[in-house]
Amino acid sequence: MRSTVKASLAALAATTMLAGTAFAGSHSAPLTGELRIISDMSNPAPRAVMEKLAADFDAMHPDLTVNLEIVDREAWKTQIRNALSANPPDVVNWYAATRMTPYVDAGLFMDISDLWAEPEFEALASTKGAMTLNGAQWGVPYTYYQWGVYYRADIFAELGLEEPKTWDEELANCQAILDSGRKCYTIGTKFLWTAGGWFDYINSRTNGYDFHIQLANGEVPWTDPRVRATFENWRQLIDMGAFIDDHQTYSWQEALPFILEGQATAYLMGNFAVAAMRDGGLDDSKLDFYQFPVINPDVDYAEDAPTDTFHIASGAQNVEAAKAFLRYVTSPDVQTWINAGDALGQLPVNANATVSDDKFIQQGFDMLSNNAGGGIMQFFDRDFPAEMASVGMEGLQEFMVFPDNLDDILERLEEARQRIYN
Amino acid sequence: MASQATDPDRRGWYRRNEIAVTPWLFLLPGLIFFAIYVIIPIFQSFWISFHEWDGLGEKEWVGLANYERLLGGDRKFETSFWNNVKWLLLYLLAIPMGLFIALFLNQTVFGIRIYKSLFFFPFVISQVVVGLVFSWFYLPNNGLFDVMTGWFGIDIRGGVLGNPDTATYGIIAAGLWPQTAYCMILYLTGLNAVDPEQVEAARLDGAKGHKMLWYVILPQLKPATFIAFVVTIIGALRSFDFIAVMTNGGPFGSTRVLSFYMFEESLSEFGFRMGYGAAIAVVLFFLMLIFICYFLYAMWRDEREAR
Repeated sequence: MRSTVKASLAALAATTMLAGTAFAGSHSAPLTGELRIISDMSNPAPRAVMEKLAADFDAMHPDLTVNLEIVDREAWKTQIRNALSANPPDVVNWYAATRMTPYVDAGLFMDISDLWAEPEFEALASTKGAMTLNGAQWGVPYTYYQWGVYYRADIFAELGLEEPKTWDEELANCQAILDSGRKCYTIGTKFLWTAGGWFDYINSRTNGYDFHIQLANGEVPWTDPRVRATFENWRQLIDMGAFIDDHQTYSWQEALPFILEGQATAYLMGNFAVAAMRDGGLDDSKLDFYQFPVINPDVDYAEDAPTDTFHIASGAQNVEAAKAFLRYVTSPDVQTWINAGDALGQLPVNANATVSDDKFIQQGFDMLSNNAGGGIMQFFDRDFPAEMASVGMEGLQEFMVFPDNLDDILERLEEARQRIYN
Repeated sequence: MASQATDPDRRGWYRRNEIAVTPWLFLLPGLIFFAIYVIIPIFQSFWISFHEWDGLGEKEWVGLANYERLLGGDRKFETSFWNNVKWLLLYLLAIPMGLFIALFLNQTVFGIRIYKSLFFFPFVISQVVVGLVFSWFYLPNNGLFDVMTGWFGIDIRGGVLGNPDTATYGIIAAGLWPQTAYCMILYLTGLNAVDPEQVEAARLDGAKGHKMLWYVILPQLKPATFIAFVVTIIGALRSFDFIAVMTNGGPFGSTRVLSFYMFEESLSEFGFRMGYGAAIAVVLFFLMLIFICYFLYAMWRDEREAR
């Protein structure tokens, strides 16, 4: 009895192995079994996109059952660890760059360099760097969005201001805005990361992309004079009173009314804020966008453009179906519709996809394609390792409220750097 | 045979030890769960605190390094520790305030039950809701508190919760609201048990006002005071919810307490330094142990006196 069970198990194993090689041999072989996806696209619009993606993929493959579970986006940031280590799904959402490190180091993401070697993936070349760690690729991007200054075009027109191209123009504009009884920028730093955006921009405009990434990688001390130069530039705005008061008590959403009501004229933000500002009553005649101005003319523009991604768990049960899903998500047609204005409203990662004709998406696409020669940053909390990011952003918030504490803050960050990176 | 059957030593082991064993059998399920979910994890925390571990990969033995860093000048730890001390001291205000309200409400007027339940209301609603309501109350510019301080010409820079000098006190004040209600209900039940004959006798002897309160009423409220003290100390040490909702530890980490710092280091978005988090947990455990030992000693002493 025992031997028959063993024999049949062996036979079963042999057939599945055969089937496995057969699938690997051709992409057109039908996908079978179950594909388990855990997604963090929990906000209404992304949720609809994800549900349609799963349903379409399911319909394309009759023998395959797609099982989708959507987790709250904030909760997923801590739940992913449990999800990947116990009973892992096949496909998960995450973020690009350094944010992948813990899962890559722990062997929880699957190395999918073979997928990237396929000719279709050449259209994704611009994001390959953000998906590469230790010389291999660990996931695929599905969307990204630009950062920049969203401003009240009607107030600029009223004051006769132009979009600033240089830091001097920026400061002159800001002075004019302040003289009119408004604040130049709204910001809510209660949850810290918004201050990270300001640092990314001022630092990369002052010292360049390469320096910024060296700092993120812990190769430069925080007490370096070039870092101080960044804070000097930032301080010019703070001392003018450019930012709204009491920003440390607001979330980024709570800071929105200031620009909606015209008490502040601009917001350094990601493109996801546009939907909220449109809902708040700013139509395209009142709201416009400009690229963060040049500070040091010797360095090229670098832009924050965070990329959201799909990964295959190393414990995935249905690797073939998972890879097919990643190919599907990054294909030009799918990229076009999921990033369209009525879906995610962001930028497609595939060069062959069509960019939505939305005003801000177009401007962002143009900026990132033609005017970001320095490089693409993923954002402070994705480029810096987690602990450095949390200590760092706390320091940035303190600097924005008490700029005189700078020496103390930089020493603290330097102490943290020496401990974290060794 | 018959004589053997009546011989006590021939009964089964369980029968012979029934009186001694049965209580343990009844306790066994509870003991097992207590061990698995409380006792063993405490020792696991000790073990983890000697390692560097991200919760995913291999643990790396670092000996006492976590404690050296923690106690050797980690500023976040110092801030958290002193905030804990502030919480412990100021939270005790809930006891006299609760007593005062209880004395005030301990009268027979029309509709007193409604007043009592209204005063008890803040304890019934969730701490998260209380925290949220108070954070709106404290909002700069539009918040009611800011308007009220404005009448006296006081302007707190950044609002109560945005100013590192006032934020912790603002959160403690929010926490005192439900805690006072809790102490009040404890004292109200305690006041019901006050012996009217003793009050009568004291009155005949000419005791009035605060002397009556101090020498006659309060000694009889001692059990209520003890329980109020215990729940307030415990409440102060687990002040996590208010901080998470109202300031998230900010501005720039000035409102952290040890439990929040432990959570941040080990379980938050940018955390997962399990070893360091466990070291904080161990320190917090020993702080709590001081109070637990005192409570156990006090209870043991009371029981012995009662015998």
